[in-house]
Amino acid sequence: MGSAQRDLPNDLLRLATAGSVDDGKSTLVGRLLYDTKSVLADTLDAVHRASVDKGLSTPDLSLLVDGLRSEREQGITIDVAYRYFATPKRSFVLADTPGHVQYTRNTVTGASTAQLAVLLVDARKGVLEQTRRHAAVLALLGVPQLVLAVNKIDLVDYDEAVFEVIAKEFTDHATALGYPIGSVLSIPVSALVGDNVVDRSAHTAWYTGPTLLEHLETVPVEPDPHHAAFRFPVQYVIRTNTDEHRDYRGYAGQIAAGTVAKGDEIVVLPAGLRTTVARIDTPDGELDEAEAGRSVTLVLTDEIDISRGDLIASATESPAVTDEFSATLAWLSEKALKPGARVLVKHGARTVQAFVGELTTRFDEQKLSTVDSPEELKLNEIGQVGIRTAEPLPIDDYSVNRRTGAFLVIDPADGSTLAAGLVGAGLRALDAGESCIGGGETAFSPGP
Amino acid sequence: MTQTLSKHQDALDRLESEAIHIFREVAGEFDRPVILFSGGKDSTVLLHLAVKAFWPAPVPFPLLHVDTGHNLDEVIEFRDRTVERYGLRLVVASVQDFIDDGRLEERPDGTRNPLQTVPLLDSITSNKFDAVFGGGRRDEERARAKERIFSLRNAFGQWEPRRQRPELWNLYNGRHRAGEHVRVFPLSNWTELDVWRYIQRENIDLPSIYFAHEREVFQRDGMWLTAGPWFGPNADEPVEQLTIRYRTVGDGSCTGAIRSDAADIEAVIAEVSASRLTERGATRADDRLSEAAMEDRKREGYF
Ligand SMILES: Nc1nc2c(ncn2[C@@H]2O[C@H](COP(=O)(O)OP(=O)(O)O)[C@@H](O)[C@H]2O)c(=O)[nH]1
Repeated sequence: MGSAQRDLPNDLLRLATAGSVDDGKSTLVGRLLYDTKSVLADTLDAVHRASVDKGLSTPDLSLLVDGLRSEREQGITIDVAYRYFATPKRSFVLADTPGHVQYTRNTVTGASTAQLAVLLVDARKGVLEQTRRHAAVLALLGVPQLVLAVNKIDLVDYDEAVFEVIAKEFTDHATALGYPIGSVLSIPVSALVGDNVVDRSAHTAWYTGPTLLEHLETVPVEPDPHHAAFRFPVQYVIRTNTDEHRDYRGYAGQIAAGTVAKGDEIVVLPAGLRTTVARIDTPDGELDEAEAGRSVTLVLTDEIDISRGDLIASATESPAVTDEFSATLAWLSEKALKPGARVLVKHGARTVQAFVGELTTRFDEQKLSTVDSPEELKLNEIGQVGIRTAEPLPIDDYSVNRRTGAFLVIDPADGSTLAAGLVGAGLRALDAGESCIGGGETAFSPGP
Repeated sequence: MTQTLSKHQDALDRLESEAIHIFREVAGEFDRPVILFSGGKDSTVLLHLAVKAFWPAPVPFPLLHVDTGHNLDEVIEFRDRTVERYGLRLVVASVQDFIDDGRLEERPDGTRNPLQTVPLLDSITSNKFDAVFGGGRRDEERARAKERIFSLRNAFGQWEPRRQRPELWNLYNGRHRAGEHVRVFPLSNWTELDVWRYIQRENIDLPSIYFAHEREVFQRDGMWLTAGPWFGPNADEPVEQLTIRYRTVGDGSCTGAIRSDAADIEAVIAEVSASRLTERGATRADDRLSEAAMEDRKREGYF
């Protein structure tokens, strides 16, 4: 962000990072911030001072990203932290997800909004079990693009052969998880020295691909499912009556998928009533057409009864409306899930009572396979369950739509978030090597 | 408005849509939300987004100002003008009232930012506010990088790391027990530069102190403070007439100005883009007290 005359970043990319402890993730993220000049002088001074205190001759960039005091004291990171940097091409929102404690919770959280994930390995250690698990969770959550940063390449003498073995092993694993060619890129980097993070390395002439930042700036990713069928959870009904806006009644929400145009025929679910879109309002004026991701207000042709929690959808491609479905749950609570649990499900703008029937399978993260009929689902475990809701919900399969296929499981007693829910049989697919990422339309535009 | 709307959404459009989504979720799920409004740039942007979220209906929440009593006149004028323009209700929680009736004691250093916690919590409790919008951004300070968009506070306003919920997709869980409330930060993912570019794009009115002007100031702890009714300057602190501007609005006794010639929004954006100091580091004495100052105050319930 050095100079003022640069153009506005025209695009926003949300990404997540994951890796095992000591692979150099903090250093890598610190390096990205440092080399994109996203670190300001006073912060940098503090890091320089702290580095000198630690007896280091060069600044320890990992100090740029270290967080809460308890973590600072223990020298570990335990929660997802968000970082921001920008180049003239893009603005970046980076979810930094710590790898060891509670990795499922953190990776699921970071991955839920990510369009791309950077996985780290130590070039001396190669692809570990942990790397495979992370990749599996990223695939399950439908993160469309993966980057493997083969870090500490300086410690293996910038050896191409070492890199190639790791890159191939990882690509094979990602392919088995359902990642098509072009959606996975491996890059040899040294976070410590700065090779191939922002600046191209002089030591890896054999590597002809982009640096990490070049890739982040150019990788084609759609932030929202534009080409999927139109979905619009109604968040709020806006009503007013003024001279300018007589008996105004508009349905406010953020387009979850697809596009909507004036005159489109829509259906309101779960009721099933049909009408057309009379206007797409924004405070800046009317739109003829609006795309996924935009917050708008829809005015409909007919007066029908619509309230918060309803879903407005394309009349020609409407979702299933059901009170019974199969789902994958990533369990995030210390209270284990037992069959028969009564919970709340938050889907779109609607929260309903629900009942978890049987637990069909659990993902065995050690073997990277599934176990049938587990007795319970514990913290950080992922399983397949049957869910029954008190009211029907308009749902899509998560593999088709990351927005309307997602839900939260909430504890009715204390309100805590118990699980991340994904509609459909994502887990089974993962086992068979055809995960969520495959279905999501735009998800996969093959990379350069 | 005559802006031509393109279908393509740039980074600011996306941040705007996200913030509007958050406002509408809170309106749909909470009984008594309130927007913290200081007249500062972040809370002014927050209010602008709230107005957009519910347009053409009025914003369905009141505003709350925690008033340290150490204000620059321009800011209070701006506050009142803005409240009137949007026809909103303003609740003022006054630090001075609490000092006057003995519920709070003036600190030896005269700084009142840390004293804001008690009036804030008192106002939240007595008005039964259950969602409190703040303009906090995660890029402001390291301790904020892990803050949630929906940040659960116990009955004492405290932030307990262990009880913070994972935030998945754009599904926010606002459940809370009676007496608890949720702090909501719609600008979480904005950077300082995003805020300024948005102010420019949307042509948002700000207090004049954000732009370069001449002012009588004196130097303390490396900051330029406005000479005024609050403890300053001391005898050994000479007053100078300088061209300065403020980067944040806060207790005038510990919020510093910077020397700057940036007199309009373009100049401010150029300055911020090239800036070598984070806004808090440059201008807030209370954040300099200790490395973990921000985190401590968050635990205390200030944010
Ligand atoms: N030689 C070398 N050391 C590295 C590199 N990246 C990180 N390190 C070192 O590896 C250790 C762990 O790094 P850190 O970033 O704290 O790892 P994290 O636990 O993954 O966040 C530190 O001592 C770093 O200085 C690298 O590319 N090359």
